Amino acid sequence: MRPLRVAMVCSRVRVEEKLLLEAFSGQHNLELVRFDDDQFHASLTGPDEAGGPAGILRRCDVVLLRSLSHFRQVAIARVLNSWGIVTINRAEVLEICGDKLRTTLSLSEAGVPTPASRMAFGVPAGLEAVEALGYPCVVKPVTGSWGRLVSRLNDRDAAEAVLEHKAQLGGSLHRVIYLQRHIDKPGRDLRAFVIGGRTVAVIGRRASHWVTNTARGAVAERVAITDEVDGLCRAAATAVGGGALAVDLLESAEGLLVNEVNATMEFRNSIGPTGVDIPALLVAYTVAVAESRRCA
Amino acid sequence: MTPAERPLEPACPECGARFLLPAGTVDGEILPCGDCAAELEVVTADPLLLALAPEIEEDWGE
Repeated sequence: MRPLRVAMVCSRVRVEEKLLLEAFSGQHNLELVRFDDDQFHASLTGPDEAGGPAGILRRCDVVLLRSLSHFRQVAIARVLNSWGIVTINRAEVLEICGDKLRTTLSLSEAGVPTPASRMAFGVPAGLEAVEALGYPCVVKPVTGSWGRLVSRLNDRDAAEAVLEHKAQLGGSLHRVIYLQRHIDKPGRDLRAFVIGGRTVAVIGRRASHWVTNTARGAVAERVAITDEVDGLCRAAATAVGGGALAVDLLESAEGLLVNEVNATMEFRNSIGPTGVDIPALLVAYTVAVAESRRCA
Repeated sequence: MTPAERPLEPACPECGARFLLPAGTVDGEILPCGDCAAELEVVTADPLLLALAPEIEEDWGE
């Protein structure tokens, strides 16, 4: 049987991509193509030349997307999916998870508990939306990561200041105001890794600051995978379309809430505390998808 | 000098410091300069070509 052909598209080789490359190198009968997204160009209106960048990816059974840029990743996924090439994750999943408004709608439509959220345009409607949620609440960019520009609004003064700054200084993406009720969490949130419909690891992200993101210095700790966490995480993953996902949970007084779902999981700080080889599991999932495509 | 300790040439484009390329370094990897802490991108490991890593952009992340 011919080798599996898997491509990994990335921008930079961070710790995560290096661990994935190492995990792929241990696979037998697999050809790995490492593809720099800077090199990607493709015809949108007809067949590409076989030897070109797109032609290389077209020959692959599956493409694992690890670009840093959300919009670049979505564009590549859209092109590849239109050719029938399976990507991890699918373009629609990337689009949903990369847009907090769409994530919230998807979770809510699926009945997955999530913090009360509102959206608005402009300062006057934004202030009405803030006060409808009540203080404190949190304003987030609809597209963003690593806790960037996530702001807690404790009172009307703060709300007026932040919304005015967004209106005056922000680009088009900041014209959509996305608001969430602030959840008073116990010094940590939970991050669960769901790969192929299975919850494989959960960490707590503990920080003295209310933003509990390991990219912002939160410390990861192992958390047991309870039936409740497992069921909620799998439901959240299904709600956004499935694949390989990192689900963020908040432990509220009313129970667990799904805060966000991330479609390009970062796991460097989660392997040690959990003892789970997350990159190996992501590679195993990628290989399983590739095998199903080779046989298809 | 072991094969894993090839001198980093050219030096850090920010501060000029030279240091040893860690074993197993691959194209596209990000390394911090030990002297000035600038993030460096290994454009190619062989031949060695270094550049300052790009600043974080608005849509980067998970």
